[in-house]
Amino acid sequence: MKRLMKGNDAIVHGALLGGATHFFGYPITPASEVAHAAAYYFTKSGRHFLQAESEVSAINMLFGAGAAGARVMTASSSPGIALMSEGISYIAGSQVPCVIVNVQRAGPGLGNIWPEQGDYNMVVKGGGNGCYKCIVLAPNSAQEMADCSYKAFGLADKYRVPVFILSDAYIGQMMEAVSFPTRVKEAKRNDWAIYADGKSRKSWVKSILMNQNQQQEYNILLQNIYKEIEDNEQDSENYHTEDAEIVLSAFGICSRICLTVVRELRKEGIKIGLFRPKTLFPFPNRELNKAVDNAKKMIVVELNNGQMSADIQLGIKNRIPVINCNWYGGYVPTVNEVIEKIKKDI
Amino acid sequence: MIKHQKPEAFYDTFERKGPGQKTTHYCPGCGHGTVHKLIGEALSDFDIADKAVFLAPVGCGVFIYYYFNSASIQCAHGRAPATGTAIKRVHDDSIVISYQGDGDLGGIGASEIVHAANRGENLTVIFINNAIYGMTGGQMAPTTLLGQKTKTTPFGRDKDIDGMPLRISELLNTMEAPVFIERTTLGTPKGVMNTRKAIRKAIQNQKDKKGFSFVEILAPCPINWKMTPVDARKWLRENLEKFYEVKNFRDKDGEKQSGKYPWMENAELLELLDIVKEKDKQTTRKTIKNGEEKVKIAGFGGQGIMSVGVLLSNCAIKKGMESTWLPSYGPEMRGGTANASVVIAEEQIGTPVVDYPDTLITMTIPALNTFEKNVNPGGLIIVNSSLINRKVQRDDVNVYYVPATELANKVGLTATAAVIMLGIYAQIKGIIDTDILKLILPQSLSKAKYVEINLKAIDAAEEYYKNNPL
Ligand SMILES: Cc1ncc(C[n+]2csc(CCOP(=O)(O)OP(=O)(O)O)c2C)c(N)n1
Ligand code: SF4
Repeated sequence: MKRLMKGNDAIVHGALLGGATHFFGYPITPASEVAHAAAYYFTKSGRHFLQAESEVSAINMLFGAGAAGARVMTASSSPGIALMSEGISYIAGSQVPCVIVNVQRAGPGLGNIWPEQGDYNMVVKGGGNGCYKCIVLAPNSAQEMADCSYKAFGLADKYRVPVFILSDAYIGQMMEAVSFPTRVKEAKRNDWAIYADGKSRKSWVKSILMNQNQQQEYNILLQNIYKEIEDNEQDSENYHTEDAEIVLSAFGICSRICLTVVRELRKEGIKIGLFRPKTLFPFPNRELNKAVDNAKKMIVVELNNGQMSADIQLGIKNRIPVINCNWYGGYVPTVNEVIEKIKKDI
Repeated sequence: MIKHQKPEAFYDTFERKGPGQKTTHYCPGCGHGTVHKLIGEALSDFDIADKAVFLAPVGCGVFIYYYFNSASIQCAHGRAPATGTAIKRVHDDSIVISYQGDGDLGGIGASEIVHAANRGENLTVIFINNAIYGMTGGQMAPTTLLGQKTKTTPFGRDKDIDGMPLRISELLNTMEAPVFIERTTLGTPKGVMNTRKAIRKAIQNQKDKKGFSFVEILAPCPINWKMTPVDARKWLRENLEKFYEVKNFRDKDGEKQSGKYPWMENAELLELLDIVKEKDKQTTRKTIKNGEEKVKIAGFGGQGIMSVGVLLSNCAIKKGMESTWLPSYGPEMRGGTANASVVIAEEQIGTPVVDYPDTLITMTIPALNTFEKNVNPGGLIIVNSSLINRKVQRDDVNVYYVPATELANKVGLTATAAVIMLGIYAQIKGIIDTDILKLILPQSLSKAKYVEINLKAIDAAEEYYKNNPL
């Protein structure tokens, strides 16, 4: 049954249905609502919620709970995620699964609490030290907030990687109709994790390898996992791209704005479409390339300095020109503003 | 007595260190090895090595998992108490041993240890205070003594530059939650015996679920103190033990509960989340002019702007349409103006932001001033004429004036004015109707006592519109 719900609430419902048992977090606008809902539902259902003393602590709690075989998550916003970077690197380096929600706000520094997409590089490319990657899901509706958190734990377990849900202030705050699955998922016992029993006595969760060759081999193993993820998990959505001469690309709130932009410009007879990545790592290069088959130009609409655009340019290997269309600082353009800017380029 | 045969908690050979390895990586005369033995012996004697989880620090103790035949996590520098906190919340029966140095615990990880102690986490923390950073080659630690020369205090630690040495046990002893805090020394055989006792107590406490237990151990680091092992122990006795009082600070009883509410099975969880297994009834969808209706509801915070928006969205969904609701966001949320964007559509909605509304519902003059110019030509403006004493200037839109606040006062509750406005909107536009409003309203009000009066407000809106149709 569908019901009206905020994205930030939907994510907590989806997570509990996805088998999450532990939530550790630290308040920050505009992600706090996730913690508010988690504090109620995780606690009431006999799962665990704890407000940590900092994001540093929260992410290291994810490390512990994930290593102990639990489905664990946190939610924060940009500066909080920045602070978690060291822990995320440890978690990725120790191959511990967990789910991290980033409801992005504007930056750099303290910035403001309006939506921005300036964390694309930090989240998609790493952010912490070393050659690691996280799976990054990019919902653009309350429904997808629920869907993402429902499936994120399974993905994290399957590949033993952290999974990000990269959202923004609007997608988190907006209310929409959401329907939920009625089956609750559960974590299976992992042979590598720590259960504090005789069987897992040899479990050894670590990211340290003192020997250069061993550390190199381990890095290669990680890269192979990322390759497998790239092969299996690309996800995207096309809107009117079949005959499009101009293809827009956007994720999160921008993709919602662009959907309206495409509809408006189609009314004027302009052959325009939208390619929306639903996963940012792995980047959906296969579908991206199909989407631009008939296109003469690609326009990437982002609330940042063209961070996803760089991946698009790499992905289509200069087949067509890629034009950046950017806003900053929490400013969300109107449909008309986007149209005006785009029209200059077509 | 310390047994000299290897306890079962230890590996016979340290394969993780290297094939066939029998010696530890510690320097001769180092304190770490002694403490390892004491911990291993306790785990074996209590028969809990199966359940033990070692938190390896960043520091010389990082390789603790070479030696113990127990599970382990190599934690980030200083963060072990946070990591351990979470393990205990997953496996309540585990025996988590956080083994940390003075840089790890007293420097970079000061926050984590303070808060874990303050929560009274049921952990055993073994704190090796050797007054120096061992692993990184002998820099100043938070516990380095005044005047003590290290690589980063070549002229000796200076109170005015580096601050005073930190007495961690005393610091933790200011808190209510910890059950056991003791400082011991490896400077003498008797000190080692007392360390053994303290470690056993701190582990036993965890087994008995008593709460946070902390043992600070004054330990030698001959290499970085640049002394022989024998001289190092002497220096420890004559200097460290002078500044850091060796004693038990606390040994009390406690009981650490592990969660307030019992585990809910799946059926109960679904109920808690209000997830109903029924499919949506196929409702006939309305057709909307242009396929989409964009509504802006604007006024002051506290006028019920946001909740009326949610109500509108809810009604639309109930009618089988798509809908989004987006609150005005940012500083103006706290007092001042408030506005909600509601989009209703036949198909998937693009942007949820309403920049150019088809309908503007305004409760105040500032709201009308801000949004009047944005309304789409041919659109509708509904004005609360009780609070807005000017006319709409546009002549390309439909305007409806309703004294909503007066009507609300007559109904008996000023706060129902926004609901009256929505009732008027329903009747003019017909995208939702007052029947569905009355149906959904009771579900969307958090306080049941206001249901009746709000229903009356909708009646009032019906009555008013019947007498004053557009
Ligand atoms: C974030 C971070 N900063 C710095 C270091 C480098 N580092 C490794 S061990 C250490 C100090 C350890 O000293 P202590 O905790 O006293 O343990 P000991 O080696 O003396 O046993 C430092 C600073 C690191 N690994 N990580
Ligand atoms: S450097 Fe110091 S603490 Fe580290 S192993 Fe050597 S003696 Fe022990």
